[in-house]
Amino acid sequence: MDLLNAVVALANFVLIPATAYGAQLALGALGVTLIYGILRFSNFAHGDTMAFGTMCTILVTWGLQTLGLSLGPLPVALLAIPFGIVGTAAMVLFTDRVVYRFYRAQKVKPVILVIVSIGVMFITNGVTRFIIGTEEQNFADGARFLIGAREFKAMTGLDEGLAIRTTQAVTVVTAVIVVALLFWFLNRTRTGKSMRAYSDNEDLALLSGISPERVVLVTWLIVAALATIAGTLYGLDKSFKPFTYFQLLLPIFAAAIVGGLGSPLGAIAGGFVIAFSEVGITYAWKKVLGYLLPDTLAPDGLVQLMSTDYKFAVSFVILIIVLLFRPTGLFAGKSV
Amino acid sequence: MNDLGRGALLFAIVAGLIVGTGFVQSWNSALLILNMGLVSAVMALGVNLQWGFAGLFNVGVMGFVALGGLATVLVSMPPVGAAWSAGAGRLFLALALGLAVIGGAIVIWSRVRRGLRGWLVAAVLVAGYFAFRAVFDPAVSAIEAVDPAATGYLGGLGLPVVLAWPVGGLLAAAVAWLIGKTALGLRSDYLAIATLGIAEIIIAVLKNEDWLARGVKNVIGLPRPVPYEIDLQNDPGFVARAAELGVDPTTASTLYVKLGYGLMFAVVLVILLVLAQLALKSPWGRMMRAIRDNETAARAMGKDVTRRHLQVFILGSAVCGIAGAMMTTLDGQLTPGTYQPLRYTFLIWVMVIVGGSGNNFGAVLGGLLIWFLWVQVEPIGQAVMVLVTSGMADGSWLKAHLLDSVQHMRLLTMGVILLVVLRFSPRGLLPEK
Repeated sequence: MDLLNAVVALANFVLIPATAYGAQLALGALGVTLIYGILRFSNFAHGDTMAFGTMCTILVTWGLQTLGLSLGPLPVALLAIPFGIVGTAAMVLFTDRVVYRFYRAQKVKPVILVIVSIGVMFITNGVTRFIIGTEEQNFADGARFLIGAREFKAMTGLDEGLAIRTTQAVTVVTAVIVVALLFWFLNRTRTGKSMRAYSDNEDLALLSGISPERVVLVTWLIVAALATIAGTLYGLDKSFKPFTYFQLLLPIFAAAIVGGLGSPLGAIAGGFVIAFSEVGITYAWKKVLGYLLPDTLAPDGLVQLMSTDYKFAVSFVILIIVLLFRPTGLFAGKSV
Repeated sequence: MNDLGRGALLFAIVAGLIVGTGFVQSWNSALLILNMGLVSAVMALGVNLQWGFAGLFNVGVMGFVALGGLATVLVSMPPVGAAWSAGAGRLFLALALGLAVIGGAIVIWSRVRRGLRGWLVAAVLVAGYFAFRAVFDPAVSAIEAVDPAATGYLGGLGLPVVLAWPVGGLLAAAVAWLIGKTALGLRSDYLAIATLGIAEIIIAVLKNEDWLARGVKNVIGLPRPVPYEIDLQNDPGFVARAAELGVDPTTASTLYVKLGYGLMFAVVLVILLVLAQLALKSPWGRMMRAIRDNETAARAMGKDVTRRHLQVFILGSAVCGIAGAMMTTLDGQLTPGTYQPLRYTFLIWVMVIVGGSGNNFGAVLGGLLIWFLWVQVEPIGQAVMVLVTSGMADGSWLKAHLLDSVQHMRLLTMGVILLVVLRFSPRGLLPEK
């Protein structure tokens, strides 16, 4: 029985990784949810938008690195993010102009827009692969750890080490700042309020003189920023590979839907629900239980509920369970 | 031009493209394209049943295709006797236990009053899960320990491989029933994501449950419904006939085998196409389209919309399952690691949209045409790129990069085709009448 070591092990292997992953998912899900709330379709191209944004950031990061720039312990990519956002914004606005606007004017059924977004997904995916290739790209620099396992052990005298990677800390801090800014924008600024009004009731918003094209423009700009930041944080934390980002679409949608499509608060909650269940269900609990239980009861096996290969499946099982009991998600999202 | 003429012309163009491949590249590649094109056409027919007839947005095609592949293994591979005696009994006991737990949870949910039932169901499920794993895990390790390099799974029934085609359809239909029961109540976008997720779950199970189909270790050497090339080459009668036609025996044998597959696939496609056409023209088909076009009105007319949706979801998925079994038979192996939604779900959707949703002939046309492009975009892109970069210095960084990236042209081209068709001919090349 060793409560302190158990807590540290739990934090090291479950709480910290899941928090960082949850923050990345939440940022991704916020983008999906904003598009659903305002443009009224599920954007299948979102994962690839994230990949595109990350690619822009990576290219600028490499440029900055060749110039010899350094942020000390922080990754240089943080400086490159604004450039990445500009690139992504240009891409999504161009897409909106040549693709989505036509269908918006026609007021087609939402499901047609979903199919259109599949076409955009193919193209974005192809462009990203065309420019940067399919291989894994590593662009993280700066200090690797905020606290290393060995330092932590020396500091506290515990058996169990605790490591916090710089990228994990950066992820959480950035996500908090971004979410705070987003909510300030949506709740306090005039444009943000008009976006919410448009999302709640399109006709009423139009009657009160809100310009729809402006709302759409601002939405795409925010989505570009969110996608680039989420993608870059994920890439720093894990690594960048275009195909991985396409696969991220699944947990991101799961997060947005578990929270309730169209609800920003729900997207954040959903992100963490999915991340914690994914990590918790695929983690081998042997170590934590070993500390908690008396020796006679210590488990023999790994005490892993499901093998790690099932992590995508986990997000969907959660999704389906939530949908069965709350058909529009935890925060009562909308359905078009 | 009337509809018939237009259809005939478009099919003739696709036929011309495939025959052209035969002349320009080789007859082997032409037949390869034709065979996978026929399989793709069957998949497109299945999606068209769901989307074109009933407006159901299923992006889990990959899952049903994979189930068809699984059926091929379960039907045609020889059983592994040692594995059966090592742990099959316990394994089936575990699966029955798992089903009993789920059934029990459902019964409790419907019988017990509110307030208490949530906790009861959760308790039953958690306890049931651990009980299930306690029986399941040792059985699985026993089975997987039997000669893992070659088998390590239960094997199949050792029946003729063609039987796997209908079985694949039945397996996909059974799973579709299960999914439909839970997910069809959801709104369109939610249903789409749910099917996408379920397809991922099916692939995850196929990849990880080694006792079932060896997981990512792949099952290779599946039995074939057609003779082996090497046997044909050793058959004096066949060699003599090849010589009469003026073809060398090796080429003749590969062409013979591919033609055999092509004929079998064509028969399946024609049967399914006739059935789909009959269904479309029947009162049932008119009802489905009425539901698709105005669900509320159809409901008001007394149509059981949920039931009809479930019906067509099962039928369409079964067709995808048949196609999946055919594809795995053609490949001769089951490789769960290669199933990706871009290729097995979204590409099929491009076929249906480009061909013309709601029109069975359109779906078939889309399947053949898009598959042809999917295969040929790379060589065409290669040729174009060589032309573009011909002015550049050899060994330049940009030239190498451009030549390398030709392989990614496929996705780009498919996206452009999809968007262009959706924009300028939203009802596809062969629109619904």
